[in-house]
Amino acid sequence: MESTGALSTLFHLSYLVSAILFIVGLKFLSSPAKARRGNQLAALGMTVAGITTLASLWAPGAQLHNHGLILIAIAIGAVLGTWGARRVRMTDMPQMVAWLNGCGGVAAALISTAEFLQASARGHTPDATTVASTMFGTIIGSISFTGSLVAFGKLQGIISERAITSTFQKILNGVLFVAILALVSAIALGGGAPPFYALLGVSLVFGVLMVIPIGGADMPVVISLLNSFTGLAVAATGFVLANNALIISGTLVGASGTLLTMLMCKAMNRPLTNVLFAGVGGGAPATGGGGPGAAAAKPIRDIGVEDAAVLLSNVQSVIIVPGYGMAVAQAQHAARELADMLAKRGVAVKYAIHPVAGRMPGHMNVLLAEANVPYDQLFDLEQINADFEHNDVALVVGANDVVNPAARHDKQSPIYGMPILDVDRSRHIIIIKRSLKPGFAGIDNELYYDPKTMMLFGDAKAVLSKLVEEMKRAA
Amino acid sequence: MSPTLLAEIYVFALAVFVGFEVISKVPVVLHTPLMSGTNAIHGIVMLGGVLVLATADSSLLAALGFLAVVFGAMNLFGGFVVTDRMLEMFKKKPHVKR
Repeated sequence: MESTGALSTLFHLSYLVSAILFIVGLKFLSSPAKARRGNQLAALGMTVAGITTLASLWAPGAQLHNHGLILIAIAIGAVLGTWGARRVRMTDMPQMVAWLNGCGGVAAALISTAEFLQASARGHTPDATTVASTMFGTIIGSISFTGSLVAFGKLQGIISERAITSTFQKILNGVLFVAILALVSAIALGGGAPPFYALLGVSLVFGVLMVIPIGGADMPVVISLLNSFTGLAVAATGFVLANNALIISGTLVGASGTLLTMLMCKAMNRPLTNVLFAGVGGGAPATGGGGPGAAAAKPIRDIGVEDAAVLLSNVQSVIIVPGYGMAVAQAQHAARELADMLAKRGVAVKYAIHPVAGRMPGHMNVLLAEANVPYDQLFDLEQINADFEHNDVALVVGANDVVNPAARHDKQSPIYGMPILDVDRSRHIIIIKRSLKPGFAGIDNELYYDPKTMMLFGDAKAVLSKLVEEMKRAA
Repeated sequence: MSPTLLAEIYVFALAVFVGFEVISKVPVVLHTPLMSGTNAIHGIVMLGGVLVLATADSSLLAALGFLAVVFGAMNLFGGFVVTDRMLEMFKKKPHVKR
């Protein structure tokens, strides 16, 4: 890094350019029209920063080594990352972001560990900045890594989506927390490498135990939080390596990620502490194992595809309410086909998008955009809730908790207070669902037992395609 | 406190405010792409790995640095490609109107 004066200034200025590109890129990313350019600007900023760093390695008088290994490592990561990112299906995006975030977290933890070991190995005690930053980077980076892996596992269905809570686990969390504090003190007092390794290990375990008790529905918030964690861990590595580009980028992500996390919690009307510690989604399902016959206790009304097709084509207005079920079934194209079909018959079709429908805020918009649903048919919760009262049919496709009226009136309900789509105010409600199984929050949905509700059981894609066929035949 | 550290703390503190301000008005539609985009930006950690690897004076440190670069590069390249794929879908396509 110690390059001669003029070159060093040039490198610093290039880092400044890349930092400005990141900021402008982020700014653009928050506007629909410019978002893609924003991402490209950020990528350009990254290119500038990358070239600058590599140039500094080859600069005359830079006593550095491993040039070949560096290029090989970049090539491996670039190929794997690009290949995975191109192949992943749109429905699996949340997992992908979780995994990539974990990669960043573990990288920060590895860098921090290496820097601490290097500083210790040079004989003298590392200075306070190095000790503090490497510990911070290791703890936060490790938590972000294993936490992201658990989030990935939960979204991918490898680990149970339920909130796994037990008294033992709570006690263990407390013990680990105390252990981290003890190890931090030991390292700060000059304990050297052994407690540092222990700190790395305990932090990795802590990340797992932090996310395991959180239900699948809350994973978006968790990923967003861990995303900001990784940002902060990266900023910490910037302090260790005395590199402003890392400090600025990491901090930008840490701050904006925190804000985004808070916005998501606000959309669910729950404080972050409730998301992290309440274990929502842990209870036994209120109805039995699921399946159309499982809830025989309460009366539900069934409807067949033919009747649903007739009803849909003979009304004035239909609001489609997509949820995660639509994403799993890859039913967004079929939904658009049905909407086009209805539009041809003069039915006014709108889509109602709940802010936390799917597994990430904006997840539904991404999927519907993929199916070429025009922007002007998508409506936010605030924009559309008043419309339900004058709406003929609300067609719920795989959404559950976000349309559960219990959120409005049942103080006992874990989702009480969450803003919901007022689907129950429509004249008719058709719910396409595989079974009566509860959603992520693990609670029963009273909307299913509403006298206005008709249940259309089946896989969302299959049912929507059949509806389209039925309408074609009738035409 | 060294002047370098002081300057770094300045940068850190200002970046916190910029990070908050710059995305304060983001529509819900863009939450996922924004999360993914910021995720890509912390992929810059790859460069930290490069610096570790470049100064490593033992094979253990080199191994740690190497792994950090591989993971960092996955984060960086994967992050930008994923975000671009998401945003590609947001461009307005001509829709057949009745």
